[in-house]
Amino acid sequence: MSIEHLILRVVIKVMFAPILLFALYVQFHGDYGPGGGFQAGVIFAVAFILHALIMGLDETKRVLPIGALKALMVVGFLFYAGTGAATMLLGANLLGYDAIDPQSTHHAGQHYGILLVEFGVGMAVASTMVMIFYHFAGREPEIRDEDW
Amino acid sequence: MTGAEIANANLLIDLSLLTMLVLVAFFMVRSRHLFAIVMLSGIYSLLSAAFFVSLDAVDVAFTEAAVGAGVSTVLMLAAMLLTTRREKPIIAGRSPIALLVAVLVGAALIYATLDMPAFGDAAAPANSYIGAAYVERTAQEIAVPNIVTAVLASYRGFDTLGETMVIFTAGLGVIMLLGAGSARGGRPVSDVGEDEKGGANEKGRA
Repeated sequence: MSIEHLILRVVIKVMFAPILLFALYVQFHGDYGPGGGFQAGVIFAVAFILHALIMGLDETKRVLPIGALKALMVVGFLFYAGTGAATMLLGANLLGYDAIDPQSTHHAGQHYGILLVEFGVGMAVASTMVMIFYHFAGREPEIRDEDW
Repeated sequence: MTGAEIANANLLIDLSLLTMLVLVAFFMVRSRHLFAIVMLSGIYSLLSAAFFVSLDAVDVAFTEAAVGAGVSTVLMLAAMLLTTRREKPIIAGRSPIALLVAVLVGAALIYATLDMPAFGDAAAPANSYIGAAYVERTAQEIAVPNIVTAVLASYRGFDTLGETMVIFTAGLGVIMLLGAGSARGGRPVSDVGEDEKGGANEKGRA
């Protein structure tokens, strides 16, 4: 393996895990602070896009193959829609989260429902963003140095 | 600091942010260098995000910073690599009709803003009716501290389902246009001559 862009390689290796951690924080803290599935999905995708920019697309595809992304896109959306279907099966309206935990006195069902759909949103957004990047970036081997 | 001083400081921040937004937009229009334009659009998003923070719209600011300044800049860079580095120079005559239309539309837009409610007006349509209802009822009905999340995921959950569908569809569109289903088979684009030569070998991979 060549050692060009050594500093960038080290930086992305150090930053990769914290970016994912921050994405997870934004994902699951959306009830309490700014953020939610959309933002978390984008941040999650950015970690992999940075990885692909520095390490090359093929390295990233070994971690996150296109097949997995396709599956995640569909699963993410179906996760959301499935939550809606589940509340209907429980006898409430579509996405009527209170049906998830009807006994609760502090609307725990709403919390569960919001967490579930946001998780679906995050999955769909993250995989779609990485997928779009793969398809754009996959058409040229790499960014040439004189382009910067 | 007194209240008036804080208000003055806020005004100063808002004015400088908006001035920078206009400047960046102006340079984007003037520039023909695509790399510079992509970078400027990232800066534009970042400035917008800062402006949204000063309007207390942190959720919007967060999205703008992550999507506008982050992912779309990278996607535009990736798209830029597929085309030339410079926009073709436009040799356009300066039409007086175009100027007239631009001035008229601009004047109409400025005239329309005079009818808008003042910033932070409690009686503004956005702050009364359903907006006020969300603020009042979220604590009892949803019991999550972030009202934006309550509106997005619960009150308007069906809307957000549609938005997720839109993102999914956008991804599908890109896959179909650039991806494995296309005639090129999603392989790297090269010069036309090479393209035809390598076509037979690459087809199996797709």
